[in-house]
Amino acid sequence: MPIITVDKLRKTYGTRVAVEDVSFSVEEGEIFGVVGRNGAGKTTTVECVAGLRTPTSGTIRVEADLKQQVGVQLQDCSLPDKIRVGEALSLYASFYARPADWRALLAETGLDPRTAFAKLSGGQRQRLSIALALVGDPKIAILDELTTGLDPQARRDTWELIERIRDRGVTVILVTHFMEEVERLCDRVAVISAGRVLAVDTPAGLIARAGGEHRLTFRTRGPIDGLAKLPEVSAVTPTATAGDAVEVVVTGTGDLLTAVMTVLPAAQMSGLRIERTTLDDAFLTLTGHPAEHLADHSAA
Amino acid sequence: MATITTTARLAAVETRLFLREPAAVFFAIVLPVGLLLALGGSIPDFRKPDPALGGQRPVDAQFPALMILLSIMLLALSTLPTALVIYRERGVLRRMSTTPVRPSSLLAAQLLINVGVAIVATALTLGLGHLALDMPAPRAFWTFAGVFALGSTALFAIGLCLAAVAPNSRVVQGGGAAVLFPLLFLGGMWLPRQLMPEILRRISDFTPSGAFGQSLTDALAGQTPQLLHIAVLAGWAVLAGLAAARLFRWE
Repeated sequence: MPIITVDKLRKTYGTRVAVEDVSFSVEEGEIFGVVGRNGAGKTTTVECVAGLRTPTSGTIRVEADLKQQVGVQLQDCSLPDKIRVGEALSLYASFYARPADWRALLAETGLDPRTAFAKLSGGQRQRLSIALALVGDPKIAILDELTTGLDPQARRDTWELIERIRDRGVTVILVTHFMEEVERLCDRVAVISAGRVLAVDTPAGLIARAGGEHRLTFRTRGPIDGLAKLPEVSAVTPTATAGDAVEVVVTGTGDLLTAVMTVLPAAQMSGLRIERTTLDDAFLTLTGHPAEHLADHSAA
Repeated sequence: MATITTTARLAAVETRLFLREPAAVFFAIVLPVGLLLALGGSIPDFRKPDPALGGQRPVDAQFPALMILLSIMLLALSTLPTALVIYRERGVLRRMSTTPVRPSSLLAAQLLINVGVAIVATALTLGLGHLALDMPAPRAFWTFAGVFALGSTALFAIGLCLAAVAPNSRVVQGGGAAVLFPLLFLGGMWLPRQLMPEILRRISDFTPSGAFGQSLTDALAGQTPQLLHIAVLAGWAVLAGLAAARLFRWE
């Protein structure tokens, strides 16, 4: 049974429609991504799930006590400048009936408990923020745009922290617009655009929907006529000639390279490049924006 | 029960945060008590009986009353609303609303510590004034305590109104100053009420600071405060309290 079920959620602010028709369900123990561009309605959706906003219509069922068992880390939330890390964690732990061990969480953040909030870097604040979302020992953690504004190293550290949360059995809802983050962390994703769900799938499933094609680009002097007959190959396009060598782009699905090598030995290929459809491409295809990535290459 | 313990814990943490803010401590405690001791100790006229005050010395009742008023007004119209608006603006209240604790507990804690600081400043003013300037202890203690409670309620309610309507911390600081200085003037901070022209004194009677300052002076001097002033303070407390409760926004 899903731990969270959202059915036909609609939320309006005055005349502005933030979320039009959002339905999805989240299984216990998974990392569920909510992705979309800025203003797509991601935050409104998760705020409704967390019980911080009342839906205009639709239903949300959460198999947990919203206040006690759902940990939330929101954007634009901070703490008083002068509060110290240890004070904040022990204070927030005291809000819950059955809190987690805040000292263990503190150790995991790697922060000095005496540091004042104002002195923390962006990445350190996010680590504290995650710890505060977990201090009530929640069944569900909702994390909104955790890594926005972090440098690559801090982002990677944060990802590891999220994986450890999942390993503990906590169901995680991750709001993000970084496809790399989705690919690395999420078991399943809801793609939201203009207040509607366009797709709910695994990252691999989303890539497959967008075609899921691979592209091989190489130069060869060998025969290329046989390539188009391979079942894995969908197109063979010579793009340039240099002397008696020809540059070819082969697109197709499945184990494309192995298939191509049954016709052309590796020794006859040079300058081999392999590209696959990325989640970025899939996202752009789904949300109706041109796949700039592919367009650029065919122009070159 | 849970909310009382939580409010107490929050108040304990907020008190520590307050004490780490040197400016807040200075304006609420050091400035009023320091002014009383420094001016009361150095200006001989403050220690001479004044016929306009019924033969009392200014340091006996009027001067300490004004310093107590100053401390409460700074806390109520500047410190408290600024802290609350910053908490709202920066999402501190919003973060709290994701936990089992309501953000109103934080407001209660803030109110509690600001009233607590006002009590400490008042006790220091009376205690150190008694030791250093031979100020008499309040002769009608319960009258004084009642006036203190009523006037503080009125001023803190006005401060909460400011916090309720101000969209951001710059506005609440500017708005607080725009309310604070005229009210300090009408309370007699620069021109004692007995020296004010009749029309100004009538206006002052109806302001929270004028009514509060005079009632504190009366209570310290062992006189019964005027019914008009008590009614004015009660009116401000009720009106501002209702307005604050209706208008306050958590995010």
